[in-house]
Amino acid sequence: MNDNRALPIVIVGHVDHGKSTLIGRLLHDTGALPDGKVAALQEASRKRGMPFEWSFVMDALKVERDQGITIDTTRIRFSSDARDYVIIDAPGHAEFLKNMLTGAAAAEAAILVVDVIEGMSEQTRRHAFLLKLLGIREIIVAVNKMDRCGYAQDAFDAASRNVADYLAGLDLAAAAIIPISARNGDMIAHRSVPPSWYDGPTVLQALDALAGAPSEADRPLRLPVQDVYKFDERRIIVGRIDAGRLRVGDRLRFSPGERSARIASIESWNAQAAVSAAAGQSVGLTLDEDIFVERGQVASAPDAAPYAAARLKLRLFHFGHAPLQAGDAVKLQIGLAEHAATVEAVESVVDINDLTRRSAEAVGRNDIADVVVHSRTAIAVETAVEGRHLGRGILRRGYHIVAGFLVEAVLDAPQAAPVAGVARHITPVTSAVSHAERSAAWGHAGGVLWLTGLSGAGKSTLALALERELFRRDYRAVLLDGDSLRRTLNADLGFGEAERAENVRRIGAVAQHLAESGMIAIVACIAPRRSHRARLRHELGALYHEVYVKASLEICERRDVKGLYVKARRGEITAFTGVSDLYEAPAAPELEVGTDVLTPGECLEHLLDYVDRAFRPGDVRRLAS
Amino acid sequence: MSDLDELESQSVFILREAFRKVEKLGLLWSIGKDSNVLVWLARKAFFGRVPFPAIHIDTSYKLPEMIAFRERMAREWGLELIVGQNTAALADGMNHLRGRVACCTALKTDGLKEVVARHGFTGIIAGIRRDEEGTRAKERVFSPRAENAEWNFRDQPPEFWNHFNTDFPPGIHLRIHPLLHWTELDVWRYVRREAIPVVDLYFARNGRRYRSLGCAPCTGTMASAAASVDDIIAELEGTTVAERAGRAQDKEAEDAFERLRASGYM
Repeated sequence: MNDNRALPIVIVGHVDHGKSTLIGRLLHDTGALPDGKVAALQEASRKRGMPFEWSFVMDALKVERDQGITIDTTRIRFSSDARDYVIIDAPGHAEFLKNMLTGAAAAEAAILVVDVIEGMSEQTRRHAFLLKLLGIREIIVAVNKMDRCGYAQDAFDAASRNVADYLAGLDLAAAAIIPISARNGDMIAHRSVPPSWYDGPTVLQALDALAGAPSEADRPLRLPVQDVYKFDERRIIVGRIDAGRLRVGDRLRFSPGERSARIASIESWNAQAAVSAAAGQSVGLTLDEDIFVERGQVASAPDAAPYAAARLKLRLFHFGHAPLQAGDAVKLQIGLAEHAATVEAVESVVDINDLTRRSAEAVGRNDIADVVVHSRTAIAVETAVEGRHLGRGILRRGYHIVAGFLVEAVLDAPQAAPVAGVARHITPVTSAVSHAERSAAWGHAGGVLWLTGLSGAGKSTLALALERELFRRDYRAVLLDGDSLRRTLNADLGFGEAERAENVRRIGAVAQHLAESGMIAIVACIAPRRSHRARLRHELGALYHEVYVKASLEICERRDVKGLYVKARRGEITAFTGVSDLYEAPAAPELEVGTDVLTPGECLEHLLDYVDRAFRPGDVRRLAS
Repeated sequence: MSDLDELESQSVFILREAFRKVEKLGLLWSIGKDSNVLVWLARKAFFGRVPFPAIHIDTSYKLPEMIAFRERMAREWGLELIVGQNTAALADGMNHLRGRVACCTALKTDGLKEVVARHGFTGIIAGIRRDEEGTRAKERVFSPRAENAEWNFRDQPPEFWNHFNTDFPPGIHLRIHPLLHWTELDVWRYVRREAIPVVDLYFARNGRRYRSLGCAPCTGTMASAAASVDDIIAELEGTTVAERAGRAQDKEAEDAFERLRASGYM
């Protein structure tokens, strides 16, 4: 026994393709079994008149363990000359996938066993997919039962091509594809009877060549806050470092959020005082400033924070009993944060056999699917490609964990991070004149009237008429038109998901400024996502008034004032809201005007009524001139 | 990080999760080496403190050295000690001669259930390990128990990526197992590294020692010359005999331990 840790591996594949035989053979050929064990089993088989099978080794270990004779079979150890290994048993048929996830999540590498004659079964494919989901990238493919096909090269080639193609579809590549006969012990620990056409590694050589999971210590710092303790005068922030390293004196930023402070000390008990720590360590830190920190926030370097986002596309593996569908409330757990979230849409369900996608209303039990969820609160998150730990999580419904997921895309990543980095060096200057002074002098309060709705619903038309009429009535009002601002303020932005969010954010910031200066900012801008508008409401608070300019898609398309629908239908405009991109109608706007049921004059009347009610405080009400 | 550092870090993480998520927490302290390591890890997690009570279920048949050790260490470690005892069963004369499993059920399982009910514990931290015994290998780190403390090992919630399931309907209490992933050898190597006190009974006297501690009538000794922690580590590196081999109650029937565990035994 040495102090080096054993590499945890999991052996997966179809139940009849020879997993147990391979394990029995591996243990025997590496000398991990007690002396005489195999001879005794062979003798017992002979007495019972049945041929000896290597899978008996596993069966016998299980029986002995259950009788308390030997030890654990869920974590079987063996060693090569190079290092130690632990085989994690991923057991059971019933509830298999749940147990496999539980066991295999601890593995860093896998052996995928495939029968050379039968090829990949659906179970094999599902296992391969789960390896992908679990982030296990080092996979050795053992093409088994080569003795049954007379070590035919074309049979091996066909099977390996099949597996390699499937793995490629998952963006995985096999570390090695090896022709073996587990029963005969060929190409497992020894190069016995190697087919002349194969000069690659044995299974054991391929295992020894694996790198193991790459060190997370060299990645950007990610420390999810587990808790904050105050047992004595120290305020200690505790957590386990997922990635990166930290050192006393480093500045940490806590996401979601903008606050940061420096590490004053690393606290511990009965250990040498440390000035640094790295991925894998559970730590306790004190900070040089008493900033607000809570469980679920993620500490990082100030200039390399994760996203703070609320709308995510997830690839999930669903093992809940009830189908999952749009509108369902779920709890989303990423890192140590929990967020109430809603399933916005089921984009597609993956066909496990050929990895094609089909659209579906609901995600069934054991389905793999892409779904879009949105949360009411900002989530510190990364895509699975960017970060192993913040790029994955689980979904809960009620008391049950119903799915594990990888984050495929962050759909509303705000551009706040770089701004925040700069903002630390800037002291915001507020106005010399107060809101009360302005509204007393001008007779109305400031605010933002945000007209949202489909293209062609009549936002700009209505906004222009409203601006003219408010001016006539002595209101200080100004129009901000989304299309016009695309040529100036937002000329650098395109129509990608993040750019759309940024477009809305900027217009919101300008409108806020006008509103705070006592003006009524009339904004005509689609702001197609609920998350866009939720953010406006969050940033603007009571200044924000949402007006839903409502008309059916059919009517808007028939109007097509700007000729855009025709272009979108022809495919000349991609991601056109309403046609090729989603418009999420407001659930609870302050005002809704239906331009397809009311005349333009009636619509304007509704708006003016609303403005009078919302912006004219009773004590300064003046007659319209 | 060494493998012991990794084990320690993971266990500290689990203890902190339990402390955060479970309302009323208690630590089951059997006075054996594993639960001493558990107390030690709690002090690591909470910077010298154990911020929840340590519970000892005293069957009255424990080896006397264990009780002396308990009293001494509880003081030294500043533990809030709760001693539970099924006095009704003892008054009725319960002992191992009425059946070892029956005795364990009455004095340990029922004794624990009584303490859980009286103090309103919603989570019990226990020092069991996967490698100890077959049924324990099926355990989860956070394992839900129904009101009668029963364990449904056939349908357990999935547990991966350190997302522990801590939300259960009222009436369910949790068993929390921070040492689940340790082996017997890991425990002794950690005892050596941290110089954690253990009861002397583990060390050989006159050629025999206890490998596992329990009640005097049901716990046997093994032939051994191991007189120090170093000796024990050297001995374990060569053994193929199971740790609980000296525990008689496991052997009364083929599935005795599984039945004990399913009904709420630690």
